[in-house]
Amino acid sequence: MKLAEVVRTATFSLRGNWLRSALTSLGVIIGIAAVIVMVSVGQGTQAEIDKLVSGLGSNRLDIFGGSSRGFGGVRMGAGSSNTLNLEDAEAIRTDVPEVQYVSGTLRGGTQLVYAENNWSSQWQGVQPDWFAINGWEVASGEGFQPSDYNGGKSVILGETVRRELFGDEEAIGQTVRLARVPFTVVGVLKSKGQGGFGQDQDDLVVVPLETARRRLMGAMGLPPGAVNSIAVGVADADDLAYAQGEIEALLRQRHKIQPGEEDDFTVRNIAEVVATRTQATRLMGLLLGAVASISLIVGGIGIMNIMLVSVTERIREIGLRMAVGAGPRDIRRQFLAEAMLISLIGGALGIVIGILGALAVEKFGSLPAKLDAQVILLAAGFSIATGLFFGYYPARKASRLDPIEALRSQ
Amino acid sequence: MTAVIETRGLGKVYSAGTEAEVVALRGVDLSIRRGEFVAIMGPSGSGKSTLMNLIGCLDTPSHGTYLCDGVDVATLDAEARAQLRLHKIGFVFQGFNLLARLDALENVAMPLGYADIPRTERLARARAALEAVGLGARVHHRPSELSGGQQQRVAIARALINRPPVLLADEPTGALDTKTGEEILALFRRLRDDGHTIVLITHDAEVAAHADRVFVMRDGEMHAQSEEEAAHLAEVAQVLHGGTP
Repeated sequence: MKLAEVVRTATFSLRGNWLRSALTSLGVIIGIAAVIVMVSVGQGTQAEIDKLVSGLGSNRLDIFGGSSRGFGGVRMGAGSSNTLNLEDAEAIRTDVPEVQYVSGTLRGGTQLVYAENNWSSQWQGVQPDWFAINGWEVASGEGFQPSDYNGGKSVILGETVRRELFGDEEAIGQTVRLARVPFTVVGVLKSKGQGGFGQDQDDLVVVPLETARRRLMGAMGLPPGAVNSIAVGVADADDLAYAQGEIEALLRQRHKIQPGEEDDFTVRNIAEVVATRTQATRLMGLLLGAVASISLIVGGIGIMNIMLVSVTERIREIGLRMAVGAGPRDIRRQFLAEAMLISLIGGALGIVIGILGALAVEKFGSLPAKLDAQVILLAAGFSIATGLFFGYYPARKASRLDPIEALRSQ
Repeated sequence: MTAVIETRGLGKVYSAGTEAEVVALRGVDLSIRRGEFVAIMGPSGSGKSTLMNLIGCLDTPSHGTYLCDGVDVATLDAEARAQLRLHKIGFVFQGFNLLARLDALENVAMPLGYADIPRTERLARARAALEAVGLGARVHHRPSELSGGQQQRVAIARALINRPPVLLADEPTGALDTKTGEEILALFRRLRDDGHTIVLITHDAEVAAHADRVFVMRDGEMHAQSEEEAAHLAEVAQVLHGGTP
């Protein structure tokens, strides 16, 4: 039987029970749409992470102080004990040649007040290299002058803080109070927007390190020169691991840590964090794909189920067709064509709905979605494979019927 | 004239070698020439259905040979037997076996689809076949809109559509009232006159009487028609044809 004829016959059979055919293909529609949306979300997330990696730069290290132990041995986490100081930072700068930038950092939270507005934010006490390491640029204003690093009460605002305190007003040159201490606004950072981990990167203010120590740390009682962490920028990303080793060795020596003893500091490699994150994302993508595939398999089982019912119901028709000259091949083709039609129509509708769904997620949802032709081709392939795989067994069963038995059955 | 159906020592055994072994057919020799109207008669269980399935190429014999229009069926696989049925055999069933969702025209045209004949030619031939059985006015009626006799005419048109050398009718009047049955049998006689070979399988002596030759099946064996049976049939035929005994 010619292909066009097979398709015509199959279409006619499916129309005879159109509601059942429609419901069966609904399984495939949902499966294919799910595959497209899920894979798009997976790829979108991956793309976001890639952007984050390039944004962070893969050539920085962060050194945190060791963890302090509170009462009963409760460990307070990295950076909670101030084992690092500016001399460590200087030593890293001079002794590890691969290092390009070094900045000791203090941080904390405070309330900011300007006129009748106030805003709670994080502050960072930094050294000049901090801007280069973190990729911050000053969008307006002069930024810190060298003299500011000797305790000048200057502040640079993140875009979010500027908006909350000043709105449409000019911020540069105004005075804001941080923990009741008046600071002059000397710059506003160029907005970075939402970070790869979902936080608002622009919700911060930056002050010189010495100023932070004197004015903002207050009664926390830091020893002179102490810093929470040291940020390090390596000139060449390839030297990162080597530089990390050098820094660790240097700090162990400076802190007089005996071999076998626990470090009182932690070096964090952002690239490693990102790698872990990337892996997690990839895993999530796989998981999403797996869930979608399961719904497609369920849809396929629906096809197989209905086709088996159909073969049983139409056993007399099969017997008759065989008697008038249809060979096993013709019967197999007819039933396979019906299964394929269900899955192809379902696949086509599923692709349309999947594309709309992915676009909707991208537009209205909080998840990034990235749609490409590959995903759609994959889905089309899946729908063909589903029809073939789940349609073959019922079709073969029909083709192997004994025409005598089939004609005799009621 | 060459035999269109030729069997030699045809036998069929079901469940061979087991305790449930059934010998349905024992060494049947049968020769039917082109243009003959033959009836195979016998009670149920006599093996006539088995014989029909073999003649219709729906089954293969356990032993013996069957030449269907010169082709040895025993050596053919399911696909080749389907081809043989397509071109050599037209089936007419007791229950008509029309497809309920297709109209008369589509039902008649259906076998031609398997012969890869283009749709327009198919429908034209189906229309002609329906006209030949007197249903030219009802081509677009569904089976449910036709009477039993009309449905059987559609089935006969379908059996004839591929111009097969053999028309195999299994109790074609079994589901019809006597008058309609007579009409169908008259149609068979007319088809015989047009040169078709007709093999009629029935348990009913009155139906068999319409044929030119009658074979009687009993316990899987084919018997020549006995004297008294022949006499009885002649009597019946005479009544049927309006004469007096």
